[in-house]
Amino acid sequence: MRDVAIVSFSQLPSVKAIEAADEPELVQPVTSDAMKQVGLTQDDIGFTCSGSTDYLPGRPFSFVAAVDGLKAWPPLRESHVEMDGAFALYEAWVRLMHGDIDTALVFSFGKSSLGPVPDVLNLQNDPYYVQPLGLDSISAAALQAQAMIDARKATERDFAEVVARNRKSAADNPNAQIKGDFSVDEMLQEPYISSPLRKSFCPPLSDSAAAIVLAAGDAAKKLVNRPAWIRGFDHRTEPHALGQRDLTTSPSTKLAAEKAGVGQGKVDVAELHAPFAHQEIILREAMGLGDGVSVNPSGGALAANSLMTAGLIRFGEAANRVLSGDADRAVAHTTNGVCLQHNLVAVLEGE
Amino acid sequence: MAEHCAVIGIGQTKHRESRRDLSMPGLVRDAALRALQDADMTWKDIDSIVIGTAPDMFEGVMMPELWLSDALGAAGKPIFRVHTAGSVGGSTAVVAAHLVQGGVHEKVLTLAFEKQSEANAMWALSPAIPFQPQLVAGAGGYFAPLIRSYIRRSDAHPDTGCMVAVKDRQNGLLNPNAHLHLDLTLEQVKASPMLWDPIRFSETCPSSDGAVAMVLVSDKHAGRVKNPAWVKGTSVRTERTFFAGRDQVNPAAGKLCAKDVYGEAGITNPTKEIDCAEVYVPFSWFEPMWLENLGFADEGEGWKMTMEGKTALDGEMPWNMSGGVMCTNPIGASGMLRFAEAARQVRGTAEQHQVDGAKVAVGHAYGGGSQFFAMWVVSSER
Repeated sequence: MRDVAIVSFSQLPSVKAIEAADEPELVQPVTSDAMKQVGLTQDDIGFTCSGSTDYLPGRPFSFVAAVDGLKAWPPLRESHVEMDGAFALYEAWVRLMHGDIDTALVFSFGKSSLGPVPDVLNLQNDPYYVQPLGLDSISAAALQAQAMIDARKATERDFAEVVARNRKSAADNPNAQIKGDFSVDEMLQEPYISSPLRKSFCPPLSDSAAAIVLAAGDAAKKLVNRPAWIRGFDHRTEPHALGQRDLTTSPSTKLAAEKAGVGQGKVDVAELHAPFAHQEIILREAMGLGDGVSVNPSGGALAANSLMTAGLIRFGEAANRVLSGDADRAVAHTTNGVCLQHNLVAVLEGE
Repeated sequence: MAEHCAVIGIGQTKHRESRRDLSMPGLVRDAALRALQDADMTWKDIDSIVIGTAPDMFEGVMMPELWLSDALGAAGKPIFRVHTAGSVGGSTAVVAAHLVQGGVHEKVLTLAFEKQSEANAMWALSPAIPFQPQLVAGAGGYFAPLIRSYIRRSDAHPDTGCMVAVKDRQNGLLNPNAHLHLDLTLEQVKASPMLWDPIRFSETCPSSDGAVAMVLVSDKHAGRVKNPAWVKGTSVRTERTFFAGRDQVNPAAGKLCAKDVYGEAGITNPTKEIDCAEVYVPFSWFEPMWLENLGFADEGEGWKMTMEGKTALDGEMPWNMSGGVMCTNPIGASGMLRFAEAARQVRGTAEQHQVDGAKVAVGHAYGGGSQFFAMWVVSSER
């Protein structure tokens, strides 16, 4: 298989609402910046792929407009996934395996501010038996967190400590939305939103967009001194119904991590897409990430959570630490679906 | 590319206005099981699944692949979701082929579906978008002006669209899976009500429930069947909605998509080297328009091929042997149905709508406002 690397990353700061910006206005700044960082223009790009969902703006084919944020001429080799942008990155990686082109542009955009996201996410559930119950995303995550407590795998204090660490790390991240010192004891005094979840154990809802440039082999080496080589890349899913899964574990993450080769070397940094605090604990265990691993130095999704983009941002943040030389080996992860149903894992290396 | 890729299993549902007998999981499972059976495989043999549908809003389920993964035996496997508007079925098959050709997976199940009876596509396609005029006329209202422009430019015979409608419905009569089985005369089509001038009722596609699935494998598994269809070329091209000089009647993205796929497949003269084509024709007039766009006819000449009967099942260049989108239109699956019919033709398994001796065939899909294009060339020879 060809060696493919992430060579640049750009994101809009995650904020509560980006007002008066349509899809092209979200896409154009990040795609042009990601290309500019490595001296490329759209003419140099062999394949373009994006990730987004129609259910945020609430209209069909919303991604069609996003293409207008790109160069008009000539028409592009282009595709789109109805998943987080990290999955668009996966499609672009597959495309580069073909060997006829050397570069790809990946982007995603999400405006969570356009609707009631927790209720919208209920529409991911079985439409006949579960949707009518109104199982919003926070209630579903609460079932999972409670299962953690019942199985004695974690306590509410553990959840609070995950949040405190992530948001403290985010203090150094200009793109994060919620950051700084959060007291564990004070968080444990907050009222429940959906027991055992308190407000701080849940992610913020953000608007953002992000873009990544991929390059293969010598093309990557020409663009940057130290490409973030994708050494392993895999994704797996699980049964859909919550009752068919042990919600305290993530076998799909475990399997994807094995296939991607996470355990085959020392991991310096891991950027995990864990929107809810307890999910970071599940993911760490599934991937076998010990105390020596710096998890979510960006602050993760607990500090900035733009739907459809938060996963791609994990890849960008992990890649940046390899590109800068701060890490030799990094893990990037993205999740999709209710209670970590579907998980994507990559290993990025500097050499 | 690292590996050759072959289609060794193809399955589809019977397409109907409403498959009330099948849930959405039942629909996709029906197609997938037929494809597995055709490939002499079981669920366990599959490494990876690539699924397409468009758009999610038609059925009211967000990212339905999450829910449908149970029906597709996906637990523990990768399942990947593609969405590129009406071309999605084609784009989905292209991603599946690339997984095999890139050496990522060896045995991939790809499928596409739509259950249009769960919603009303025409109105779902006409939302009020801020700062844009509301279409309020569905896809037909969008495409009718483009067709009028084509007729004006090419001075086409006014019966051309009606001829396509008759021909595709005749082909559909030979396809037991087709949604519409209509034995229409030219006079009947011409007498049908005008919906969006010049598109008459009988010149439009139906709204269908249906699914289609294919099993794509690498070289070493192709021997499971005696007649694999080899993927010789794939391509996707996209153009923006708004830019100066955009020609929606003969879109540059479509031309480039064809150029790419012929180049990869080593085709220099499509009319000579291709035996038949399944092309996305949702409104009858798109046959002559795409004949020109895809290089089967010179600009302004496509309608003559249709009028001379060259695109009929027994003509020089059969188009839409299965009856095409004009007979069957589960939107998210319509593109993959074209790709699958092309593969059936070169496998020699197209039954009553088989083109004798077909060795090289083209599958084509398009979507958006003639913006998104996907194609593949398949051959009976590796």
